[in-house]
Amino acid sequence: MSNQNRIYKGGRVDRDQAINFKFNGKEYVGYQGDTLASALLANDVHLIGRSFKYHRPRGILTSGSEEPNALVQLGLGARTEPNMRATEIEIYEGLEASSQNCWPSVNFDIGSINNFLSRVFPAGFYYKTFMWPPSLWLFYEHFIRKAAGLGVAPTAKNPDRYEQKFHYCDILVVGGGASGLMSALAAGRSGCDVLLIDEKPEPGGYLRNISAKIDNLNSNDWINDILKELESYDNVTILNRTAVMGYYDYNYLTALQKVTNHLPYLSDKMPRERYWRIRAKKVILAQGAFERPLVFSGNDRPGIMLASAARTYLNQFGVLPGKSVILFTNNDHAYGTAIDFANKGAKVTIVDNREDIPSELSDRCNKVKIKIYPSHSIINTYGYQKVKKVEIQKVDQNNNELTGSLREIECDLVLMSGGWNPSVQLFSQSRGKLKYQSKLNSFIPNNLIKNQKVVGCNNGDFNLLKVLKNSYQVGLEFASELGKSANKSLEIETAFEDLEFTEAKVEPYMIGKKKVTHGSKHFVDFQHDVTAADIFLAQREGYISVEHTKRYTTTGMGTDQGKTSNVNALALMSHIHDKPVDNIGHTTFRPPYSPQTIGAIAGRNVDHLFDPERKTAIHQWHVDNGAEFEDVGQWKRPYFFPQKNENIQDAVNRECRAVRNGLGILDASTLGKIDLQGPDVAKFLNLIYTNAWSKLEVGSCRYGLMCNEHGMVFDDGVTSRISENRYHMTTTTGGAARVMSWLEEFLQTEWLDMEVFCTSVTEQWTVLSISGPNSREFLSSLTDIDISKEAFPFMKMKEGKVCGVDARIFRISFTGELSFEINVPSRYGLFVWNEFMKHGKKYDITPYGTESMHVLRAEKGFIIVGQDTDGSVTPKDMNMDWIVSKKKDDFLGKRSFSRSDTIRTDRKQLVGLLVNDKKTVLPEGSYVVDEAKPRPPMDMIGHVSSSYYSPTCDHPIALALIKNGLNRMGDVVKIPLMSGKVIDATITDSIFYDKEGARNNE
Amino acid sequence: MFVIKCPYCGDRDQTEFSCHGEAHIARPENPETLTDEEWGEYLFIRSNKKGIHYERWTHDHGCRRWFNVMRDTVSDEILVTYKMGEEKPKS
Repeated sequence: MSNQNRIYKGGRVDRDQAINFKFNGKEYVGYQGDTLASALLANDVHLIGRSFKYHRPRGILTSGSEEPNALVQLGLGARTEPNMRATEIEIYEGLEASSQNCWPSVNFDIGSINNFLSRVFPAGFYYKTFMWPPSLWLFYEHFIRKAAGLGVAPTAKNPDRYEQKFHYCDILVVGGGASGLMSALAAGRSGCDVLLIDEKPEPGGYLRNISAKIDNLNSNDWINDILKELESYDNVTILNRTAVMGYYDYNYLTALQKVTNHLPYLSDKMPRERYWRIRAKKVILAQGAFERPLVFSGNDRPGIMLASAARTYLNQFGVLPGKSVILFTNNDHAYGTAIDFANKGAKVTIVDNREDIPSELSDRCNKVKIKIYPSHSIINTYGYQKVKKVEIQKVDQNNNELTGSLREIECDLVLMSGGWNPSVQLFSQSRGKLKYQSKLNSFIPNNLIKNQKVVGCNNGDFNLLKVLKNSYQVGLEFASELGKSANKSLEIETAFEDLEFTEAKVEPYMIGKKKVTHGSKHFVDFQHDVTAADIFLAQREGYISVEHTKRYTTTGMGTDQGKTSNVNALALMSHIHDKPVDNIGHTTFRPPYSPQTIGAIAGRNVDHLFDPERKTAIHQWHVDNGAEFEDVGQWKRPYFFPQKNENIQDAVNRECRAVRNGLGILDASTLGKIDLQGPDVAKFLNLIYTNAWSKLEVGSCRYGLMCNEHGMVFDDGVTSRISENRYHMTTTTGGAARVMSWLEEFLQTEWLDMEVFCTSVTEQWTVLSISGPNSREFLSSLTDIDISKEAFPFMKMKEGKVCGVDARIFRISFTGELSFEINVPSRYGLFVWNEFMKHGKKYDITPYGTESMHVLRAEKGFIIVGQDTDGSVTPKDMNMDWIVSKKKDDFLGKRSFSRSDTIRTDRKQLVGLLVNDKKTVLPEGSYVVDEAKPRPPMDMIGHVSSSYYSPTCDHPIALALIKNGLNRMGDVVKIPLMSGKVIDATITDSIFYDKEGARNNE
Repeated sequence: MFVIKCPYCGDRDQTEFSCHGEAHIARPENPETLTDEEWGEYLFIRSNKKGIHYERWTHDHGCRRWFNVMRDTVSDEILVTYKMGEEKPKS
């Protein structure tokens, strides 16, 4: 039988639109407008999943985002999602969901043995059991991880698209219930930019589920009228299916909009979810309240749910989840649910914890044949996969004890209502402070932050007429603070809920009066299987701070963040310590408000859009010619250019030999370039670099080293004087932005009177570096500049034409060979490169990549900042004292060179290393030791920073930072490898080739 | 997430800015005359205030200018922003 629990009419589901879906492989039919929970209840399915720790059968507790129990695995394959709340999933044709945390099936679950072993699984069980010996933790962890967690994460890549949106508005209203609608209406009528956000498929909130009357309109019609008016305003935006997740400083909020999750198909035109980043001038929180469960023995069985949730299923979805109903309550308000159920033909019994029931209530109950047991309490429940019987007993109000005989009542549904908790999570996230209100036995907002208001039940106000009027007033006030006003006032005379949530005695919790003993099952936190006994235990063991109790018992630490459990846990602690709840305090609420996908946070910043890719003007040529690429910062640089069947070593050997013996060409465009102009540049460079710059002539180049104020090497490069007041600075590829900021920092914060202007020109210039003995002969036919040895010596620059294009040529070298760096405007870069390749054929011009560049510079002992330095290395440590001016009064880092630590002579220093076996290429990063031991720890004296096979020397070479290395030339040190092998190497000078530097002066 | 009033551009989102620590720590005029302790003080010692704090920010993804901010570290509220070289406002 299908939809056997569906009543004939009523509710907001469309009975003409049947929807087929599968749960645990079985086919069911629901209606358009159903949630998975309502559709399953309509089909009399109460058992949804198994609990986290004890694998107890669990059903549906709530009807919204606070659901701790009814978590399912939704969807298949790459789109499967764990821990989805059945109470929030809107069903669509073909939906497939299944139970979690059970094997082999939800009906028969092996793990439920834990339920019977619960006496050995108390709070803190893992901490106590698996701590010793510490060495076994990794072994334990493997099994604990396997047993923990509910659903299963997908293993395939997520095929869906997620979008993000920034939004700015005057007034953000969070929650589209009665109070939120009123505030939005006032603000909307005033002409403010309003954003109204509601979690559900349609706004209206709890008023949709009860029979309230507002000025003779029933509440659903009244809501629809308001919505119609709001939708008519261009200045009002309404977002449904959207939950505000985070509330940060300065009214910055994030929200997750489920755009197509409720549809059977995913359109490629629409994202699955959209993540909103909202900045609001004013925020009105109107999130309502959550009903509180009661804590009694066996309160977690399927078929036991919150009274308000049952009322929602009945009135909004037309589902009668049970016909023989027991309501366990401590307040008047829940009577409305009982009366609604009785009116729909259910047999209803009320067990009320209180002695005095208002006569109005008992009279109304009599009329619909509801039996009331005042001053009674449920003390236990029965039924394994669904509740079928409860035990009740009389409460002696004077000494708070149970008296009289037990009475058993059969049932198929138990409803509970312990009062209401205002939804203070977002308010608390915004740093708002809470206060305890004893009338409600719950926390309400206290100190508002700037530009924020809380209205309605969210603020602890439960009188409908008052709430409507106040909320409207708050909307008007905020509008007027923004200089706007409404031309319409709110005209509501009367608003009645059939039963108000009054100031009736609301007990914070019920421990069922049956004594809480070790192993008893009075659940406080349903999702994490935390019982009252666990809370007692935590107090006995000294975890009496609320933060400690939370972590020790894990109460409130589930995916629901304790929306239904926190206040009951605090009330229990207050009971145990006999202290008011105020003095117990509360834990901190943190984002996200409810679980959210990581995909939405990432948005479109995935795959190739994760980080920008920077490409030079020559990039496509490199691709077309088979280059392998390497990422240097965000740049794509050719790593090497393999020919035919060459491996990397073959290619690098060939490229290096071409540079040493013929002609090589490197795309060096990624080098950082900064144009410096102004009368004070030389003075400025004197402070920025360690060497002297005042005498650099126009047309000359100089290598410079930059240090930070701690005296540590920070960047290097060649800077050239283009004209009287214009310099061209180059930096490392990865350090360009950092250097630019560094220069600006000092110009803007320290030396404000200096006239220097810095402009990044990295991408304006394409840099072709040609290197090798044939480079002068090759270039001379392509330029009008006299590049003869006499006219154009080393470390000079000239301007002129190259291949007909305006160019700057720098005679500088990073390979040690005769080299020219030709800079042309980037739009001509590829043209000039192609010309070079064409005319270079007769010299066998060989393009080389970054790996060859590294080998060539290492042969010459040239450092790479960031590879041979690590932020703890001074110029002196690099054996580069020659570049530190002794004459200058001041430059950045100078003072730090005379600190006690930097003048030590046994600091790590840059030296060369030659392996004694002449064949092992040491792994970069290897430790260097004097004495090798069979296993770590060993006394480390340094590490290998650069290491290559040198085709020029025909043996491996390495650079290393070694303690006191400069005074240990010729010493043999040891390098233990990961394999256990130990390599001997000899400390040498760091220059391996052309020590005199004759070749680049050719 | 602050809204920060750049003294040159006006109100902008925090994502456009970066913070560079305590403000009004001038680089010593003659570092060479300082003792190691005095130099160490300049390099490393910061006030770590509870309450009114002055700090340097840059509008990286905007005008790229540096400026100073007066912030209450307790309420995390930015009270004043002002240009480099301007006198520090009273708390």
